[in-house]
Amino acid sequence: MTPEIGHYAAALALVFSMAQGVIPLWGAHKNNPLLMNVAVVTARFQFILVLLAFICLILSFVASDFSVALVAQNSHTLKPLIYKISGVWGNHEGSMLLWILILAFFGLLVGEFGNNLPPSLRARVLSIQGLIGAGFIAFLLFTSNPFIRLDPPPLQGSGLNPLLQDPGLAFHPPFLYLGYVGFSMAFSFAIAALIEGRVDPAWARWVRPWTLVAWTSLTIGIALGSWWAYYELGWGGWWFWDPVENASFLPWLLGTALLHSALVLEKRDTLKSWTILLSILAFGASLLGTFLVRSGVLTSVHTFATDPERGVFILLLFLIVLGGGLLLYAIRAQSLKVGGLFAPISREGALILNNLFLATSFAVVLLGTLYPLLLDAFGAGKVSVGAPFFNATFVPLMVPLLIACPIGAKMAWKRGDLSGALSRLKAAFAASLVVIIFSMLLDENRSLLAAGSLGIAAWLMIGITLDFLEKIGLPKRSAGEVFRRFVNLPRSVWGAATAHFALGVMVAGITVSSVWQVERIQIMRPGDKVEIGGYTVLFEGAGQVDGPNYTALQGSFSVFRGTDKVTVLLPEKRSYPAENSSTTEAAIHTNLYSDLYIVLGDTDQKGGWATRIYFNPLVPWIWVGAILMAAGGAVSLTDRRLRVGAPRRAVHTENSAIPQEH
Amino acid sequence: MKTVIFLLFFLVTPALAIQPDEILEDKVLEERARVISKELRCLVCQNQSIDDSDAPLAKDLRVLVRERLQAGESDEKVIEFVADRYGDFVLLRPPVKASTLTLWISPIVILIVGVIFLLMRFRKQEKNMPVKVPPLSSEETKKLEAALGEDKR
Repeated sequence: MTPEIGHYAAALALVFSMAQGVIPLWGAHKNNPLLMNVAVVTARFQFILVLLAFICLILSFVASDFSVALVAQNSHTLKPLIYKISGVWGNHEGSMLLWILILAFFGLLVGEFGNNLPPSLRARVLSIQGLIGAGFIAFLLFTSNPFIRLDPPPLQGSGLNPLLQDPGLAFHPPFLYLGYVGFSMAFSFAIAALIEGRVDPAWARWVRPWTLVAWTSLTIGIALGSWWAYYELGWGGWWFWDPVENASFLPWLLGTALLHSALVLEKRDTLKSWTILLSILAFGASLLGTFLVRSGVLTSVHTFATDPERGVFILLLFLIVLGGGLLLYAIRAQSLKVGGLFAPISREGALILNNLFLATSFAVVLLGTLYPLLLDAFGAGKVSVGAPFFNATFVPLMVPLLIACPIGAKMAWKRGDLSGALSRLKAAFAASLVVIIFSMLLDENRSLLAAGSLGIAAWLMIGITLDFLEKIGLPKRSAGEVFRRFVNLPRSVWGAATAHFALGVMVAGITVSSVWQVERIQIMRPGDKVEIGGYTVLFEGAGQVDGPNYTALQGSFSVFRGTDKVTVLLPEKRSYPAENSSTTEAAIHTNLYSDLYIVLGDTDQKGGWATRIYFNPLVPWIWVGAILMAAGGAVSLTDRRLRVGAPRRAVHTENSAIPQEH
Repeated sequence: MKTVIFLLFFLVTPALAIQPDEILEDKVLEERARVISKELRCLVCQNQSIDDSDAPLAKDLRVLVRERLQAGESDEKVIEFVADRYGDFVLLRPPVKASTLTLWISPIVILIVGVIFLLMRFRKQEKNMPVKVPPLSSEETKKLEAALGEDKR
């Protein structure tokens, strides 16, 4: 009965979303408040219904109801409860339903808390959301129905990919989807604004919280995925420029650009057309990711669906949404007048520079990801585009961006003072020079690249800190004044400083871990020792242990620093009989400055075991940086201007039949 | 669908990659082998280098690379040898040729086009700027600062 209720709820949600997609749009056109308000009600019902469908699916998984085809394919009675639940979105159909649930949730939020929006804008935004929802619910019901029954049901399910049975991956998709779907809000606001022909600072302020939520969630989602790859895939790497990783990184790059350009729109009423375009493209990139992962054009751990019918449907959805958005943009963007003027050397100019580099790196990653597919489609041969290409192109694009970041933060709006900004960053410059020299002296390979990027990391961290100190009046002002400024500083300033500082932390982590990683690969017998990164690792032996739904070979390694025993590390090789596959569980000892990372390999049948031991200096800073960056986004979200003092548009007395721009 | 799932499991079996018995005694040679291995794709894997993959084919390639290096070939020669046998598909850094030219020059082209576009916009804007206001002289700045005093926030 449960799956039927869910199925019915999903079908009903489709009806509501179609109503939401049409009626309010018509109401806004006719300026009919009654019809416009339909949006709020339909958004509410749509959310309740999709939530009901989602709960029904969870219940089917928890109850291991193998008469539901999806449960039979992706679950198993012996699986721990958390993975029964996370198994709901560990497959194509269920993750699509989660996607739709989050979309409906955003719609609900706009409906319930969007009272500060002009009614026509709210109606139009919700209508666009409704149309997107209708497309995806139809996709779910007609090509990827999660509620289909099996007759006869199997006695046991075939389990979930063991790689996905992991706490990091249990929460990776929800955050990722919050990000992807969050950008649908920016998209809907952009389309609504294009229909109304009105883009102004108030618009930018309304969109900002949604973009921030999306960006912050996406940051967390990507970081979780990367962290998982680090400890689960077992060779100490954390980013592989895999097409599927790129698919999540692409909307992040555009979302970051959007956050910055919307700032210019909000403060200076300019860069309208570009900000609208970014809003459309950021969601387009999210959809592209969804398409790539589900169409079967790529195969990897993430690719659920390899059914051509689904691929065609979702490609069609992608083309309609992106194509429609861009078409409307092409027609209406001309009517958006250029706003406030500014000199090239100014905060605006710096933010445009930021956008130039972010957009270019987006284009490069996009092209690198799609190039093999395109070339193959045109029959021009098979090529691979892998990490060496991206490292050679993406990294040089990041260098000027990172160097410019603290300088841009110091620029005034309209007309900046470059030499003044530079002179106030003298200390940061000197410090980064010292870092470069030191790292050249200490590094036996004399790697200029490593020294240079460490210098950039120091430049970022110290430059941003200096800027922050100056903003609170240090060292010139009195203690009381500093305290007052410290407390009264807008949260968005705190957020920006945190996120930019985090960037420096991350660059340091990436550089040091990739250049000074130490690796030891050997056969070890019980009693053997390996010296690495100041640790002595003693292999005690290996034996079998049993988990809830797997058996594992577990190695035991005592870790000493000098004569002090630091810890015991227990890496495992797990084999999952239900799924007939196995995973590696690296054991990691971290102290926030470095990781000791041990992987157990195969036995040589003569009492020895292949082991891989890594010393990864500063790797934790990558995750710390990601957490700080997301925290910066979250802090910025609490900014006062986004909560109170709801922006009101200036009442304009002109004939409003003609779209007005001021 | 089942076979697909099975295949996926097969493809993503966690890697242990390079095995202890493959490692060369000569440290310099081994280091070169590792660098080369990171440039070569494991042909049966999803976007993994042979250095990262534990597929049998990847192992064969790793051993092959080391044999060529021990025979005294240069890094370029070794990569060339593997590419001749397996095609461009094996190279994670696509070689620059007619079909990949777009890929390689696009970063710089996009950046330059962007810069030119921005410069044109600024030039246009400068023309439209109503009156050029000269920046404040240092004396004026001082006066302004004195007038605003300490109470400016």
